[in-house]
Amino acid sequence: MAIRFPIEAGHIIMFARALGDANPVYADESYAKASETGGVIAPPTFAQASAQFDPEYPLRPKIGKPWFGSGKAPSGLAMTETKGAGGGLHAEQHFEYHRPVRAGDVLHATVKPGKTWEREGRRSGKLTFSELVTEYHDQAGNLVVTARSVGVRTERPVDNN
Amino acid sequence: MTLRASDLRIGMVHTERVVEDLTRTQIVQYAGASGDYNPIHTDEVFARQVAGYPGVFAHGMLTMGMTARMLTNLVGDARLTKFGVRFTNQVWPGDTLDASATVTALALRDGVHFAEFEVSTVNQNGVQVLSGYAEARIES
Repeated sequence: MAIRFPIEAGHIIMFARALGDANPVYADESYAKASETGGVIAPPTFAQASAQFDPEYPLRPKIGKPWFGSGKAPSGLAMTETKGAGGGLHAEQHFEYHRPVRAGDVLHATVKPGKTWEREGRRSGKLTFSELVTEYHDQAGNLVVTARSVGVRTERPVDNN
Repeated sequence: MTLRASDLRIGMVHTERVVEDLTRTQIVQYAGASGDYNPIHTDEVFARQVAGYPGVFAHGMLTMGMTARMLTNLVGDARLTKFGVRFTNQVWPGDTLDASATVTALALRDGVHFAEFEVSTVNQNGVQVLSGYAEARIES
Protein backbone atom coordinates (compact mmCIF):
# COMPACT_ATOMS: atom_id res chain seq x y z
CA MET A 1 0.00 0.00 0.00
CA ALA A 2 1.47 3.34 -1.06
CA ILE A 3 1.55 6.46 1.09
CA ARG A 4 0.66 9.61 -0.79
CA PHE A 5 3.29 12.24 -0.02
CA PRO A 6 2.63 15.74 -1.38
CA ILE A 7 5.81 17.84 -1.41
CA GLU A 8 4.74 21.14 0.05
CA ALA A 9 6.59 24.45 0.08
CA GLY A 10 5.64 25.30 3.69
CA HIS A 11 6.75 21.88 4.91
CA ILE A 12 10.10 22.34 3.15
CA ILE A 13 10.56 25.75 4.82
CA MET A 14 9.98 24.32 8.30
CA PHE A 15 12.17 21.27 7.64
CA ALA A 16 15.09 23.35 6.34
CA ARG A 17 14.73 25.70 9.30
CA ALA A 18 14.92 22.76 11.71
CA LEU A 19 18.24 21.78 10.11
CA GLY A 20 19.57 25.33 10.48
CA ASP A 21 19.77 25.59 6.69
CA ALA A 22 19.18 29.14 5.47
CA ASN A 23 19.74 28.25 1.80
CA PRO A 24 17.12 30.34 -0.04
CA VAL A 25 16.53 27.54 -2.56
CA TYR A 26 14.34 25.93 0.12
CA ALA A 27 12.30 29.02 1.00
CA ASP A 28 12.39 31.70 -1.68
CA GLU A 29 10.45 30.79 -4.80
CA SER A 30 11.78 33.63 -6.98
CA TYR A 31 15.36 32.90 -5.94
CA ALA A 32 14.87 29.19 -6.60
CA LYS A 33 13.25 29.77 -10.02
CA ALA A 34 16.20 31.90 -11.10
CA SER A 35 18.76 29.39 -9.79
CA GLU A 36 20.03 26.28 -11.56
CA THR A 37 17.41 24.13 -9.86
CA GLY A 38 14.57 26.05 -11.54
CA GLY A 39 12.36 25.99 -8.46
CA VAL A 40 12.06 25.18 -4.78
CA ILE A 41 13.55 21.74 -4.04
CA ALA A 42 13.50 19.63 -0.92
CA PRO A 43 16.61 19.18 1.26
CA PRO A 44 18.38 15.81 0.78
CA THR A 45 16.86 14.02 3.78
CA PHE A 46 13.33 15.41 3.32
CA ALA A 47 11.90 12.12 2.01
CA GLN A 48 11.99 10.87 5.59
CA ALA A 49 9.23 13.39 6.41
CA SER A 50 6.77 11.22 4.49
CA ALA A 51 6.13 9.91 8.00
CA GLN A 52 3.73 12.85 8.44
CA PHE A 53 1.49 11.27 5.77
CA ASP A 54 1.66 7.67 6.98
CA PRO A 55 -1.55 6.96 8.90
CA GLU A 56 0.10 4.00 10.68
CA TYR A 57 3.34 5.78 11.66
CA PRO A 58 3.94 4.67 15.27
CA LEU A 59 6.06 7.60 16.46
CA ARG A 60 3.28 10.16 16.22
CA PRO A 61 0.56 10.57 18.89
CA LYS A 62 -2.79 9.37 17.57
CA ILE A 63 -5.78 11.53 18.39
CA GLY A 64 -7.79 9.95 21.18
CA LYS A 65 -5.29 7.18 21.88
CA PRO A 66 -2.84 6.84 24.80
CA TRP A 67 0.68 7.96 23.98
CA PHE A 68 3.87 6.44 25.34
CA GLY A 69 5.40 9.86 26.11
CA SER A 70 4.86 11.67 29.39
CA GLY A 71 1.83 13.59 30.56
CA LYS A 72 0.89 13.31 34.22
CA ALA A 73 2.90 10.08 34.41
CA PRO A 74 6.30 9.42 32.83
CA SER A 75 4.51 7.36 30.22
CA GLY A 76 0.91 7.32 29.06
CA LEU A 77 1.12 3.57 28.69
CA ALA A 78 1.46 1.07 31.54
CA MET A 79 5.11 0.99 32.63
CA THR A 80 5.25 -2.73 31.89
CA GLU A 81 4.62 -2.00 28.22
CA THR A 82 7.52 0.43 27.96
CA LYS A 83 10.06 -0.88 30.49
CA GLY A 84 13.14 -2.66 29.27
CA ALA A 85 14.37 0.39 27.39
CA GLY A 86 15.13 -1.89 24.48
CA GLY A 87 13.64 0.66 22.16
CA GLY A 88 14.43 0.79 18.49
CA LEU A 89 17.22 3.08 17.35
CA HIS A 90 18.05 4.25 13.88
CA ALA A 91 21.34 2.62 12.88
CA GLU A 92 21.72 3.59 9.22
CA GLN A 93 19.99 5.60 6.54
CA HIS A 94 20.77 5.62 2.83
CA PHE A 95 19.32 7.65 -0.02
CA GLU A 96 19.70 7.31 -3.77
CA TYR A 97 18.42 10.32 -5.70
CA HIS A 98 17.14 9.72 -9.24
CA ARG A 99 15.99 13.29 -9.73
CA PRO A 100 15.52 16.28 -7.37
CA VAL A 101 12.39 16.35 -5.21
CA ARG A 102 10.49 19.56 -6.00
CA ALA A 103 7.78 21.53 -4.22
CA GLY A 104 4.58 20.60 -6.03
CA ASP A 105 5.56 16.98 -6.66
CA VAL A 106 3.19 14.34 -5.37
CA LEU A 107 5.19 11.25 -4.50
CA HIS A 108 3.97 7.82 -3.52
CA ALA A 109 6.01 5.88 -1.00
CA THR A 110 5.98 2.08 -1.00
CA VAL A 111 7.80 0.24 1.76
CA LYS A 112 9.32 -3.21 1.47
CA PRO A 113 10.84 -5.05 4.45
CA GLY A 114 14.41 -6.16 3.95
CA LYS A 115 16.73 -8.41 5.87
CA THR A 116 16.97 -8.98 9.62
CA TRP A 117 20.19 -9.95 11.38
CA GLU A 118 21.73 -10.08 14.86
CA ARG A 119 25.07 -9.54 16.50
CA GLU A 120 26.53 -8.92 19.96
CA GLY A 121 27.09 -5.25 20.75
CA ARG A 122 29.97 -4.00 22.92
CA ARG A 123 27.85 -1.58 24.92
CA SER A 124 24.31 -2.84 24.79
CA GLY A 125 24.00 -6.63 24.63
CA LYS A 126 22.37 -8.42 21.73
CA LEU A 127 21.60 -6.20 18.74
CA THR A 128 18.86 -7.05 16.26
CA PHE A 129 19.05 -5.14 12.97
CA SER A 130 16.22 -4.82 10.47
CA GLU A 131 16.11 -3.16 7.11
CA LEU A 132 13.30 -1.35 5.26
CA VAL A 133 13.45 -0.11 1.69
CA THR A 134 11.15 2.75 0.65
CA GLU A 135 10.70 3.70 -2.98
CA TYR A 136 9.27 7.13 -3.80
CA HIS A 137 7.64 7.40 -7.22
CA ASP A 138 6.13 10.49 -8.83
CA GLN A 139 2.74 10.69 -10.53
CA ALA A 140 4.24 9.60 -13.84
CA GLY A 141 5.50 6.46 -12.12
CA ASN A 142 9.15 7.53 -12.24
CA LEU A 143 11.34 6.48 -9.32
CA VAL A 144 12.50 9.69 -7.63
CA VAL A 145 14.21 8.56 -4.40
CA THR A 146 15.15 5.15 -3.01
CA ALA A 147 15.60 5.13 0.76
CA ARG A 148 17.02 2.29 2.83
CA SER A 149 16.72 2.41 6.59
CA VAL A 150 18.35 0.09 9.12
CA GLY A 151 16.89 0.00 12.62
CA VAL A 152 18.45 -1.68 15.61
CA ARG A 153 16.81 -2.95 18.80
CA THR A 154 19.08 -3.18 21.83
CA GLU A 155 18.79 -5.38 24.87
CA ARG A 156 19.58 -2.40 27.09
CA PRO A 157 20.03 1.36 26.54
CA VAL A 158 23.14 2.31 24.60
CA ASP A 159 25.67 3.82 27.01
CA ASN A 160 28.36 5.89 25.39
CA ASN A 161 29.48 8.07 28.33
CA MET B 1 30.16 29.98 -7.14
CA THR B 2 29.59 26.43 -8.28
CA LEU B 3 32.18 23.82 -7.46
CA ARG B 4 33.91 22.51 -10.58
CA ALA B 5 35.52 19.13 -11.19
CA SER B 6 38.85 20.89 -11.75
CA ASP B 7 38.63 22.23 -8.15
CA LEU B 8 38.67 18.73 -6.72
CA ARG B 9 41.56 16.40 -5.86
CA ILE B 10 41.39 13.01 -4.23
CA GLY B 11 42.10 13.41 -0.53
CA MET B 12 40.78 16.98 -0.30
CA VAL B 13 38.84 17.59 2.91
CA HIS B 14 36.07 20.14 3.34
CA THR B 15 34.63 20.82 6.79
CA GLU B 16 31.69 22.89 7.97
CA ARG B 17 30.44 23.46 11.52
CA VAL B 18 26.80 22.45 11.19
CA VAL B 19 25.61 23.23 14.72
CA GLU B 20 27.02 24.97 17.78
CA ASP B 21 25.51 24.17 21.20
CA LEU B 22 22.55 22.18 19.90
CA THR B 23 19.35 23.24 21.65
CA ARG B 24 16.45 21.09 22.78
CA THR B 25 14.27 23.53 20.83
CA GLN B 26 16.02 22.67 17.57
CA ILE B 27 15.37 19.01 18.33
CA VAL B 28 11.69 19.89 18.84
CA GLN B 29 11.65 21.79 15.53
CA TYR B 30 13.05 18.71 13.83
CA ALA B 31 10.48 16.45 15.47
CA GLY B 32 7.68 18.70 14.29
CA ALA B 33 8.92 19.03 10.73
CA SER B 34 9.97 15.42 10.24
CA GLY B 35 7.02 13.86 11.99
CA ASP B 36 9.19 11.78 14.32
CA TYR B 37 7.72 12.56 17.72
CA ASN B 38 9.56 9.77 19.55
CA PRO B 39 9.62 11.11 23.13
CA ILE B 40 13.20 9.92 23.51
CA HIS B 41 14.15 13.08 21.60
CA THR B 42 11.88 15.69 23.16
CA ASP B 43 10.53 14.43 26.46
CA GLU B 44 13.10 14.56 29.30
CA VAL B 45 10.78 12.81 31.76
CA PHE B 46 10.24 9.89 29.40
CA ALA B 47 13.89 9.72 28.26
CA ARG B 48 15.18 9.52 31.85
CA GLN B 49 12.49 7.71 33.78
CA VAL B 50 11.15 5.29 31.20
CA ALA B 51 13.87 4.79 28.62
CA GLY B 52 16.77 5.00 31.08
CA TYR B 53 18.87 7.59 29.23
CA PRO B 54 20.63 10.57 30.88
CA GLY B 55 18.24 12.86 28.98
CA VAL B 56 16.88 13.51 25.50
CA PHE B 57 19.13 13.10 22.49
CA ALA B 58 18.86 14.25 18.89
CA HIS B 59 17.32 12.25 16.06
CA GLY B 60 20.03 10.62 13.98
CA MET B 61 18.17 12.09 11.02
CA LEU B 62 18.67 15.60 12.40
CA THR B 63 22.42 15.01 12.34
CA MET B 64 22.13 13.51 8.87
CA GLY B 65 20.13 16.51 7.66
CA MET B 66 22.64 18.97 9.09
CA THR B 67 25.47 17.00 7.50
CA ALA B 68 23.62 17.16 4.18
CA ARG B 69 23.77 20.94 4.45
CA MET B 70 27.59 20.75 4.45
CA LEU B 71 27.39 18.64 1.29
CA THR B 72 24.96 20.87 -0.61
CA ASN B 73 26.95 23.95 0.41
CA LEU B 74 29.99 22.21 -1.08
CA VAL B 75 28.67 20.67 -4.30
CA GLY B 76 25.63 22.87 -4.99
CA ASP B 77 21.90 22.20 -5.01
CA ALA B 78 20.18 19.17 -6.56
CA ARG B 79 23.53 17.50 -7.29
CA LEU B 80 23.67 14.66 -4.77
CA THR B 81 23.08 11.24 -6.33
CA LYS B 82 23.78 9.19 -3.19
CA PHE B 83 24.04 9.89 0.52
CA GLY B 84 24.19 7.26 3.21
CA VAL B 85 25.28 7.15 6.83
CA ARG B 86 25.69 5.05 9.94
CA PHE B 87 24.80 6.68 13.24
CA THR B 88 27.77 5.86 15.42
CA ASN B 89 27.26 7.83 18.63
CA GLN B 90 24.39 9.83 20.06
CA VAL B 91 24.13 13.59 19.77
CA TRP B 92 23.09 15.45 22.92
CA PRO B 93 21.81 18.96 23.68
CA GLY B 94 24.84 21.25 23.91
CA ASP B 95 26.80 19.39 21.26
CA THR B 96 28.76 21.23 18.59
CA LEU B 97 29.13 19.26 15.37
CA ASP B 98 31.62 19.57 12.53
CA ALA B 99 30.79 17.72 9.30
CA SER B 100 33.52 16.79 6.82
CA ALA B 101 33.63 15.45 3.29
CA THR B 102 36.80 13.86 1.93
CA VAL B 103 37.07 13.31 -1.83
CA THR B 104 37.67 9.59 -2.39
CA ALA B 105 37.08 9.26 -6.14
CA LEU B 106 36.50 11.34 -9.26
CA ALA B 107 34.88 9.88 -12.36
CA LEU B 108 33.56 10.87 -15.74
CA ARG B 109 30.50 8.88 -16.89
CA ASP B 110 28.69 9.70 -20.14
CA GLY B 111 30.25 13.16 -20.16
CA VAL B 112 29.17 13.93 -16.58
CA HIS B 113 31.65 14.42 -13.73
CA PHE B 114 30.97 12.64 -10.46
CA ALA B 115 32.75 12.96 -7.14
CA GLU B 116 32.59 10.42 -4.32
CA PHE B 117 33.10 11.47 -0.75
CA GLU B 118 33.65 9.88 2.59
CA VAL B 119 31.55 11.77 5.12
CA SER B 120 32.17 12.12 8.84
CA THR B 121 30.59 14.26 11.52
CA VAL B 122 32.26 14.68 14.90
CA ASN B 123 31.29 16.38 18.12
CA GLN B 124 33.24 18.84 20.29
CA ASN B 125 35.14 15.95 21.90
CA GLY B 126 36.24 14.55 18.54
CA VAL B 127 33.80 11.65 18.90
CA GLN B 128 32.40 10.56 15.56
CA VAL B 129 28.61 10.74 15.60
CA LEU B 130 27.97 9.88 11.97
CA SER B 131 29.99 8.07 9.34
CA GLY B 132 29.01 7.78 5.70
CA TYR B 133 29.44 8.46 2.03
CA ALA B 134 28.05 10.66 -0.69
CA GLU B 135 28.20 10.94 -4.44
CA ALA B 136 27.43 14.09 -6.44
CA ARG B 137 27.32 15.34 -10.03
CA ILE B 138 29.90 18.05 -10.36
CA GLU B 139 30.05 20.90 -12.86
CA SER B 140 32.75 20.31 -15.50
